Amino acid sequence: MDEMVKKQLKITACKVRIGAIEAVYNAKSGHPGGSLSIADILTYLYFHRMNVDAKNPQWEDRDRLVLSKGHVSPGLYSVLALKGFLPVEELITFRKSDSMLQGHPNMHMTPGVDMSTGSLGQGFSVAVGLALGAKIGGKNFRTYAILGDGEIQEGQIWEAAMYASAKHLDSLTAVVDNNDLQIDGSIEDVNSPYPIPEKFEAFGWNVIEICAHDFDEIDAAYKAAEKCKGKPTMIIAKSIKGKGVSFMENNYKWHGSAPNAEQYEQAMRELNAELAELEA
Amino acid sequence: MNELIKTATRDAYGKALVDLGKVNDKVIVLDADLSAATKTIMFKNAYPDRFFNTGIAECNMMGIAGGLSTLGYTVFASSFAMFAAGRAFEQVRNSLGYPHLNVKIGATHAGISVGEDGASHQCNEDIALMRTIPGMVIINPADDVEARAAVFAAAAYEGPVYLRFGRLALPRINKEDYDFEIGKAVHLCEGKDVTIIATGLMVNEALIARENLANMGISAAVLNIHTIKPIDRAAIIAAAKETGAIVTAEEHSIIGGLGGAVTEVVCESVPVPVLRVGVEDVFGRSGPGAELLHIYGLDAANIVEKVKNVIAMK
Repeated sequence: MDEMVKKQLKITACKVRIGAIEAVYNAKSGHPGGSLSIADILTYLYFHRMNVDAKNPQWEDRDRLVLSKGHVSPGLYSVLALKGFLPVEELITFRKSDSMLQGHPNMHMTPGVDMSTGSLGQGFSVAVGLALGAKIGGKNFRTYAILGDGEIQEGQIWEAAMYASAKHLDSLTAVVDNNDLQIDGSIEDVNSPYPIPEKFEAFGWNVIEICAHDFDEIDAAYKAAEKCKGKPTMIIAKSIKGKGVSFMENNYKWHGSAPNAEQYEQAMRELNAELAELEA
Repeated sequence: MNELIKTATRDAYGKALVDLGKVNDKVIVLDADLSAATKTIMFKNAYPDRFFNTGIAECNMMGIAGGLSTLGYTVFASSFAMFAAGRAFEQVRNSLGYPHLNVKIGATHAGISVGEDGASHQCNEDIALMRTIPGMVIINPADDVEARAAVFAAAAYEGPVYLRFGRLALPRINKEDYDFEIGKAVHLCEGKDVTIIATGLMVNEALIARENLANMGISAAVLNIHTIKPIDRAAIIAAAKETGAIVTAEEHSIIGGLGGAVTEVVCESVPVPVLRVGVEDVFGRSGPGAELLHIYGLDAANIVEKVKNVIAMK
């Protein structure tokens, strides 16, 4: 990947993290950990890969993204705001009663959100429906789905995985944000979905394993997915929950809780320092 | 009533889908491995490119239906009522109802008249479940004519619709040129002592009960409520005012279905006595569908009894 492009993506991803923390801090609730672990991939998709138009969010031929792990809405909203789908100032209204930014994504209230999600396991099926629709309608748009590693404990994920490969939906690329943690602890302790790549391979998917925070690997994976014909692609992205904020990293307690004022200050200090370094 | 024509509403559903597919190329039909029973196989045979079998995975089917609908397709997703409304309830609620997507749920084998398959497959709870979802339209047709009209009306309506069909062959009670409108109750007969408000296969039983009551000197009006949501409040209020007593009749639990919906309207607007004919908070059993209807009191005889009781409460 071009170094300048990569640098710009890193800068944007850092701003996405700042926006996500702003949203959760002001809401006094929300899901920072997973928003930070998926921030690089969401940034890559919206700023480098997807064919979208912030001025025309309902554009018929746009690429679609379904945030099946809908609780990481702060990450998505932050990306959409930076991309111009909504004013960045909206982020601090997150989860408030007059906000366009619901706790979990709502396709009718927030420009750029392609599907209402939040109940785990369900968005993935919708993404399969979108890819099926593209195929039968002769459309060229691609569909991207974001899954959590805890989310794949839901049986519906495997119903959808079976169907997508049975119908050869190669315009569908999904990613498992494999940060190893869910709300009650480590995914291995709660109900291990491991080994994840082998499971999706057995379901007929093209599987690619990457580091979720390495733009070269992200770029290579999504390019390879686009080239793969006859099979949907599942990217297993090994990630760090809470990535970018030292005290949130690899700690399941930050799955679904907001920082207090002191923690918020520290998070902002760290992220702003990183941003300054990247922009230097 | 034409006793010679007896058709199950599921057959009418399958035929209507074929005719709808002919005039609307945006119609897509999904099924979860029950196409021979739900009759969507007729659509599959006519338009194989627009039919998708998701296999035995109803929850996934609802999500796929939702995704397809956002691309401008009118999607009919079919299974038995038990699995469409029961198993996939939360998918219908969150992936279709909450985003108000243009998906029509074609739920067949509703109610106790499923028969021999027994209680595990006799869904007497689907109307109650679907009624709680904001924006969901629920239509429970009484015969093949109404079933066909409901399919076309659902396709013309933008948003989620739950269509409830049965397995049992039913006599035709409506004329072919019958004017169907979502949310508009149909006055079948005038009467002054009581109004029987019925839905689905109980509409025919209500008409039989009315004749028997007439022989006893009781004048009963009959109102067919095919659309349980949004319910025709004006028609119910008028019936309560005009006859002062109501008996509801449905092939569904007495909890949360037509009886519940009518009682809510009556209690809030014109309190008059209401008695409900329906499945009395029990599970069913195996047996011929027509026989089970009598065993569980879903027949004209029980309507007559309830009418006598409700008049005594006036």
